[in-house]
Amino acid sequence: MARTMAEKVWEEHVVRRAEGEPDLLYIDLHLVHEVTSPQAFEGLRLANRRLRRPDLTIATEDHNVPTENIFLPIADPVSRTQVETLRKNASEFGVRLHQMGDIDQGIVHVIGPQLGLTQPGMTIVCGDSHTSTHGAFGALAFGIGTSQVEHVMATQTLPMTPFKTMAVNVTGSLKPGVTAKDIILAVIAKIGTGGGQGYVIEYRGEAIRALSMEARMTICNMSIEAGARAGMIAPDQTTFDYIKGRPHAPKGELWDQAVEYWKTLVTDEDAVFDKEVFLDADELSPFVTWGTNPGQGAPLDSVVPDPASFEDPVERAAAEKALAYMDLKPGTPLRDIRVDTVFVGSCTNGRIEDLRAAAEVIKGRKVADHVRMLVVPGSQRVKEQAAAEGLDEIFKAAGAEWREAGCSMCLGMNPDTLKPGERSASTSNRNFEGRQGKGGRTHLVSPLVAAATAVRGTLSSPADL
Amino acid sequence: MEKFTVHTGRAVPLRRSNVDTDQIIPAVYLKRVSRTGFEDGLFAAWRADPDFVLNKPEYAEGTVLIAGPDFGTGSSREHAVWALQNYGFKAVLSSRFADIFRGNSLKGGLLTVVLPQPVIEKLWDMVEADPTTEVTVDLVERQVRAGDLVEPFELDDYTRWRLMEGLDDIDLTLRHTDAIAEYEKRRKPWLPVTQ
Repeated sequence: MARTMAEKVWEEHVVRRAEGEPDLLYIDLHLVHEVTSPQAFEGLRLANRRLRRPDLTIATEDHNVPTENIFLPIADPVSRTQVETLRKNASEFGVRLHQMGDIDQGIVHVIGPQLGLTQPGMTIVCGDSHTSTHGAFGALAFGIGTSQVEHVMATQTLPMTPFKTMAVNVTGSLKPGVTAKDIILAVIAKIGTGGGQGYVIEYRGEAIRALSMEARMTICNMSIEAGARAGMIAPDQTTFDYIKGRPHAPKGELWDQAVEYWKTLVTDEDAVFDKEVFLDADELSPFVTWGTNPGQGAPLDSVVPDPASFEDPVERAAAEKALAYMDLKPGTPLRDIRVDTVFVGSCTNGRIEDLRAAAEVIKGRKVADHVRMLVVPGSQRVKEQAAAEGLDEIFKAAGAEWREAGCSMCLGMNPDTLKPGERSASTSNRNFEGRQGKGGRTHLVSPLVAAATAVRGTLSSPADL
Repeated sequence: MEKFTVHTGRAVPLRRSNVDTDQIIPAVYLKRVSRTGFEDGLFAAWRADPDFVLNKPEYAEGTVLIAGPDFGTGSSREHAVWALQNYGFKAVLSSRFADIFRGNSLKGGLLTVVLPQPVIEKLWDMVEADPTTEVTVDLVERQVRAGDLVEPFELDDYTRWRLMEGLDDIDLTLRHTDAIAEYEKRRKPWLPVTQ
């Protein structure tokens, strides 16, 4: 029977199937961080259980960590306790942990691919919704809650009911200045934040095939913002080239066997998706959000929409609330929106290609006087690579702050936050009310738009400079 | 896990769509290492507003939350479920829940019930007209009842059974340790290990 890629990976991992029960799926890799794991470790301890497979588990410190003075004790005692709890748990349960200061520390979804731990055909989970990122390699990767974290720790499996499948076909090719971030923001605006609910999305088409691995990760990362738990892209030569030679990549004969298998992880030609969506890359331009959910976005060339223009009463009410929170008036050109802060980083856009893109725009220019720009590499290795290429000097010369690796202002758990009323252009993934700090206002943008916005002080694309 | 069969209580109308998990509990409240004490963070930003529904005395005793569509979008934080439970909610009704939040709630014994939006609207009207209206969420009959309204809802048999018995998934899975060990013998030889 013809199957989609997602169905093939699912079938390969069924440990047990019984009528009227969810499938029991084997989990190949479990990523752990400090925020969603303490209660799971505590649960194991109370039940006198061990980790079934510490060798399929890896931990890092990312959500909560400061991005300055990382060799000093964490100032916030509650944050410090959470990080120290992870260290104690990792040591007690035998989990490899990359802590602050370690060269392999970084955002969990940046370090997995970087280490070569993320490979096609795997099942990957983490107590973090942006686990969908790893789907860029043709892995079935999804976020889970803490109860499931504990379940995977104890059994290396999860009971799961099958997903439906959705194809997002992106045809054509991107114009210069238009990026993966613009594709995914446009997809979310098209299908809505609930559009992917219950589905695994497969991104397909020539525009997707043309993307680098890092750009593909940006797209899969935000599948969750479209309501889908997972997003996948079929592995191809771009994928194999990216993995080859990484610390945990297969070697020698096993490499050849692996590639042989990975090549089979494509959707069969006559397979049927439960739903199909089409997007023309040629028609895309830089995209930004104006509201308080990631589906409330529009091309930068347009204006803040009038809530009255929404036919659906629920959407209309949501737009009214969003504009009130964002302090925006209908009809205002998006380019006229003035920001205080620019954030470049996160599991969406904190990789080396993102930093290169932003640096190229800002090179030889200055961050506008009223703007604070924060550049936070996704991992310590990304930071080192950027420094080796001189990107740190470019950012610093422009007046930006160059920080240590972590989730930082994406979710404002550490000291990097917006103050009430402040407005950011952010390369992260969520523009929810208060996401980057209580009362803060967020516009989601690509690294190119972020850098151009830092220079002009209002939402801008490099073409405006 | 506490067993869930039938719950009857007052309800709180939350007339908002796309209530994401950052609204249910902002990230700064996620730093505890326990499963309790998260009620302080529940809807923290909105509770500063005296007009917010949870601040109204007539809804203080509510145990059933009647929410708008796309409730629980965003992050996978199970703290969102714990915050609702710690506060005293037993069930949440909405026309659409985000997947991860729904999964988390049903793992933890917070019953999330999907009802058509017009039914949600009707329930909102009823509890706004009379905040003492009692809403019954009946998992045995798979029904929501309030006043003269009787509305069936769907939930798969397996999840219903697990909730009614208060069973922990881990115990259920550990009955199949042999199947897991068998599976492990046939995993691809190149799959990575972390140590």
